[in-house]
Amino acid sequence: MTTPVTPETYRLVVVSAGVSDPSSTRLLADRATQRAVAILESRGHTVTVTAIDLRELLPELPQALSSQLMGPRFTKAIEHLQAADGIIAAAPVYKAAASGLFSSFFQVLDNDLLIGKPVILAATAGTARHALVVDEEMRSLFAYLRALPVPTGLFASTEDWTDKALGTRIDRAATELAILVESGFARKVRDDSWARYQHTYGSAGGTELDIDLDSDMMRLATGGSLRDAAADPFDLRDS
Amino acid sequence: MQFGIMSVSDITRDPVTGYTPSEAERIDAIRQIAVKAEEVGLDVFAIGEHHNPPFFSSSPTTLLAHIGALTERLILTTSTTLITTNDPVRIAEEYAMLQHLTKGRMDLMLGRGNTAPVYPWFGQDIRQGLPLALENYNLLHRLWREDVVDWEGNFRGPLQGFTSTPRPLDDVPPFVWHGSIRTPEIAEQAAYYGNGYFANNIFWPKEHYKRLIDFYRRRFEAHGHGAQKEAIVGLGGQAFIAKSSQDARDQFRPYFNEAPVYGNGPRMEDFEEMTPLSVGSPQEVIDKTLTFREAFGDYQRQLFLVDHAGLPLNVVLEQLELLGGEVVPVLRKELDAKREPGTAEAPTHAALVKAKYGDAEPRQPRPNANRGDNVTGGSPYQDSESSVAAYPSM
Repeated sequence: MTTPVTPETYRLVVVSAGVSDPSSTRLLADRATQRAVAILESRGHTVTVTAIDLRELLPELPQALSSQLMGPRFTKAIEHLQAADGIIAAAPVYKAAASGLFSSFFQVLDNDLLIGKPVILAATAGTARHALVVDEEMRSLFAYLRALPVPTGLFASTEDWTDKALGTRIDRAATELAILVESGFARKVRDDSWARYQHTYGSAGGTELDIDLDSDMMRLATGGSLRDAAADPFDLRDS
Repeated sequence: MQFGIMSVSDITRDPVTGYTPSEAERIDAIRQIAVKAEEVGLDVFAIGEHHNPPFFSSSPTTLLAHIGALTERLILTTSTTLITTNDPVRIAEEYAMLQHLTKGRMDLMLGRGNTAPVYPWFGQDIRQGLPLALENYNLLHRLWREDVVDWEGNFRGPLQGFTSTPRPLDDVPPFVWHGSIRTPEIAEQAAYYGNGYFANNIFWPKEHYKRLIDFYRRRFEAHGHGAQKEAIVGLGGQAFIAKSSQDARDQFRPYFNEAPVYGNGPRMEDFEEMTPLSVGSPQEVIDKTLTFREAFGDYQRQLFLVDHAGLPLNVVLEQLELLGGEVVPVLRKELDAKREPGTAEAPTHAALVKAKYGDAEPRQPRPNANRGDNVTGGSPYQDSESSVAAYPSM
């Protein structure tokens, strides 16, 4: 990478669904995060990191799932994600899928919270037979959210922890994340194309509060009609 | 300021006794609940509309007309009337009839309904829910204000020379609240017409409701109906009251834990912390309810949900005693004392008549002789100008 034109401050957010302590899932996420921070700092940027341990959100999960009622920790986590320039998302694999805690967390987020944000996807498992969970399952979840997972997915089963190749893949993913963060892709999408994504009032973590008064629905709300008389060639009222 | 109760009309198993009331029992109970509401000094009774079990209230105007006959003062309303799956022509007719029978002691709240399968039962599609609601109200608004309506829209057959009968009592349309908790277009429609805006104020933190209420107030002013503080706002709320807060928690917890919608989710204490729910002594309920005014400004109507989640009739009636006896009198006094001058009065038929006619006699439409149709001869009523020439008969 070349020297950046202007040093920026970037916010990275780590989301880990590991439940043991210490957790290998958290460890994998942290290694990727440290590499990404080092790369961005080496290029003159300042990086702040916030870690969201999903285990701590467990008590608030039932209400988030049942009534879309976000407790204080959920709300805080959403604020951090909303402001994030890059995300490192890591899950343990249970029964051939990212853990329920991980999936549930991302399922209750607003559809437009993570648009365009670069994400390192990472998973840990006890066996290499789960290796495709990152690319086949987690990647589609983030595609739905219109996030931008980096090309390299990280997966570590028991044997990978002693394999140098994991370090190489972590470097690769971290570099990809750093380049995408530095490109300002998510910010540019937000500036230039935000209206082309579907939003609902109060979505994007409560930040989507603009109301367009110049829409078909708003015209209908104010006594107008959806019918276009001119579109009917036999309707003479407007001719 | 008006205080009252709103019922969803759910027939829910009592989680403490395991008993599920029959439809007959629950319908009989709601009559007693409404009568009790008047007896303890409340102003408003609202009933929901649903078309699927476990709810009983498919026909709100029938129920409300009956309650109207059992009561003297109570204002009867809905929470909500489905503006999507009902034909607006039928809403115009049924609620005008209710208005006559109750001598104006009614209004109605419009809502969309969020149960997808219900829509096709009435020939509609939930994906069109919002335009359906907006267009249907546009028509309803005219049906109550114009003797003869020509109309064409997307969701029902066109009308030519249609007169909705009976005309509203005193030719003053029923007051309308638009209920919404997430749709700016509904708030805009309420503001455009100068109607009321109602937030159910049940499931979420108050900041969530505040955004749309503030938007409605700004748009009410922008559309020229008066200052923001003159906009007409109604709020829901949920309370369970007992002499002591510990009793209230102990009694309500099993019902909370299994309540439809939020049951089996949050802890009751967390839900109280995050939402407008209050479970406690009369003073605690008063204190929490007073925070609504701080968040949303002076408002005109407060409705509490008290008869849901399988609470047995005797408990609901006790709740009403406490609400009407100990909570509402204090709220009335406190809120009146705090009320900013120049805010709107709560809507009543008498006030609307006064606003329209001053001291003059209200119009009492008298139809012309039956012409066998609704189309020829201009106005169907004796006192209005004919836009079409009426030829003298032989």
